[in-house]
Amino acid sequence: MIIAQQKQIKEIAAMVSDCKKVALIGCAGCVTVCLSGGEKETEIMAAALRIMRKLEGNPVETITFTATRQCDPEYVEALDGVVKDADAIISLACGVGVQYLAERFDKWVVPALDTNFIGGSKVHGVWEEKCGMCGDCVLHKTGGICPIIRCSKSILNGPCGGSQYGKCEISKDVDCAWQLIYDRMKSLGKLDKLMAIQPPKDWTKSRDGGPRRAVREDVMIG
Amino acid sequence: MSYLSKLQRILDSGQFAVTAEIGPPKHASAHGVRHHAEMLVNHVDATNITDCQTAIVRMSSIAAGVHILDCGIEPIVQMTCRDRNRIAMQSDLLGAYSLGMRNVLCLSGDHQKFGNHPSSKNVYDVDSMQLIQLLARMRDEKKFFSGEEFKDHEPKFYIGAVANPFADPFEFRVDRLEKKVEAGAQFIQTQCIFDMERFERFMEMVRERGIDQRTHILAGITPLKGWRAAKYLQTGVSGMLVPDSLVERLKGAQDPKREGIEVAIEQINYIREKVKGVHGVHVMAIAWEEVVPEIVERTGLFPRPKFED
Amino acid sequence: MRLQYATNIRIVEMTCSGNIDHRVILNAFEEGADGVFVAGCMEGDCHFLKGNIRARKRVNAVKKLLDEIGIGGDRLEMYNLSSAQGGRFAEIANDITAKIKDLGPNPLFKNSSCCGCSCSKEGGDQ
Repeated sequence: MIIAQQKQIKEIAAMVSDCKKVALIGCAGCVTVCLSGGEKETEIMAAALRIMRKLEGNPVETITFTATRQCDPEYVEALDGVVKDADAIISLACGVGVQYLAERFDKWVVPALDTNFIGGSKVHGVWEEKCGMCGDCVLHKTGGICPIIRCSKSILNGPCGGSQYGKCEISKDVDCAWQLIYDRMKSLGKLDKLMAIQPPKDWTKSRDGGPRRAVREDVMIG
Repeated sequence: MSYLSKLQRILDSGQFAVTAEIGPPKHASAHGVRHHAEMLVNHVDATNITDCQTAIVRMSSIAAGVHILDCGIEPIVQMTCRDRNRIAMQSDLLGAYSLGMRNVLCLSGDHQKFGNHPSSKNVYDVDSMQLIQLLARMRDEKKFFSGEEFKDHEPKFYIGAVANPFADPFEFRVDRLEKKVEAGAQFIQTQCIFDMERFERFMEMVRERGIDQRTHILAGITPLKGWRAAKYLQTGVSGMLVPDSLVERLKGAQDPKREGIEVAIEQINYIREKVKGVHGVHVMAIAWEEVVPEIVERTGLFPRPKFED
Repeated sequence: MRLQYATNIRIVEMTCSGNIDHRVILNAFEEGADGVFVAGCMEGDCHFLKGNIRARKRVNAVKKLLDEIGIGGDRLEMYNLSSAQGGRFAEIANDITAKIKDLGPNPLFKNSSCCGCSCSKEGGDQ
């Protein structure tokens, strides 16, 4: 899922300081699961914003609603009535949701979250980055551990000379992905596969090829 | 413009090579670089010019290389994968070759987190292994990294790489060295050696596989100014192994700087006598270039070979 | 036991302190409360095992938020006590009341004569 974290409430408040009626739109997708932009977080943020603004002598009215998904026109269109009277929209979705709302509504739309990465939960309250979205998966070559995002240098023929005691040179809190890859390949009896020199990556499949698009004609309607 | 690298001629002729390192300055004057080059000119075969080491902005390796070449020393241009994509790398290296540089050392580069621009973006378009392979192909098959052919004047670099016997996983370090040699690394400079026992184990594995027959390994030697420097490398730099006995020896020394020089000399003598498969030394006297001539002289590595042409 | 404690306290019953979320506390302040005292069971005695421990973590998070938005985190406190400690409850209630009195009224309602909303702030300083 997409992992996102809330911005500081003061930063969000500053984005809508001149608005009198603000719609806070949560998302029931990934950000609900990672506890940053679901129904509960949306209501808390609305209350915090109201309190701040009242203390400043500039009260604000809030509307809260949580969309099923903000990354789908179907659910975004359903917000028409909700945001009708608002002079700004605060989206508690990932960057995708913010853009869908901005595209749909002729209003000031601002992000309440910083979209961090795609990953999963380690334990409740801890999420870890796992995929670099490079568009050309190499996990079959690296024992199921992604060197693109989990190695701080995205090295395909690692580990670099900064790997020591299983940790990355950038921090003792960061595992060296290539140590993990080595250990895993060793336990699978496939160390010989690491002797192949991995060629340079074709980054056109990644962000470097420009904004990406996925099309499945077989499921398109009409 | 078709002459060969002097370093290559020395190594290929079976002579024990001596390289040193010059770190370009954090400003725009070549004065210090030239001063160091003049100091080293008769005592080394070539000097590495670091490429913004520890991710601190410094004069470019290639620009500093021009000054060094002008002072009569052959530069080894360091090229990290951190700051340039494959377009910039090739462009810079074409320029370096046109300016007379013949040696290039391919390395990953320290993460920018350590430097003076920690908020910058890193590149890592290709990794050091791929850079070695692509440069070898450029020379041998006249091809750009993309595969497009050169019409003419393809650069023919003498290609070097690094190996760190002190990083983990230790067992894979020799494998990775072998991969680099397969990729096309003609000479290898190692990380600073302080833990001689580990280095000997590493070299034993290297010899078992005959890797020393396929490339030239230069042992990395760093004279230390005192026990604090040793302690810092021991605890503050990932991928370094400094035995406590060395820290203690420097701590107990009356003149720590002299002791640091003595240690470096002992290490070089030991490697030359006892460690088979090492074809040279790479002396990294970090911010202490002036001690290199003494170390070279007192290890019997002076004078250096000369070529008439 | 017919213990006396400050009469201006309004009790909001929850099934477990672990059921308290940020919204309940923020709502209390928006509705005019000058302070909030969360009473959880003794640590180790939670019927749901960790409800009171989680409540404390959440209370700490809300304290931080209250600081950020200008209400002040010191208007919110959590105590652990058992339902058999009526005396202790009265004592804490009085302490909290005194502390909140020192802090003054809820800044959201500083300029209004009463709390300014429909909620009851019974008793007051009478």
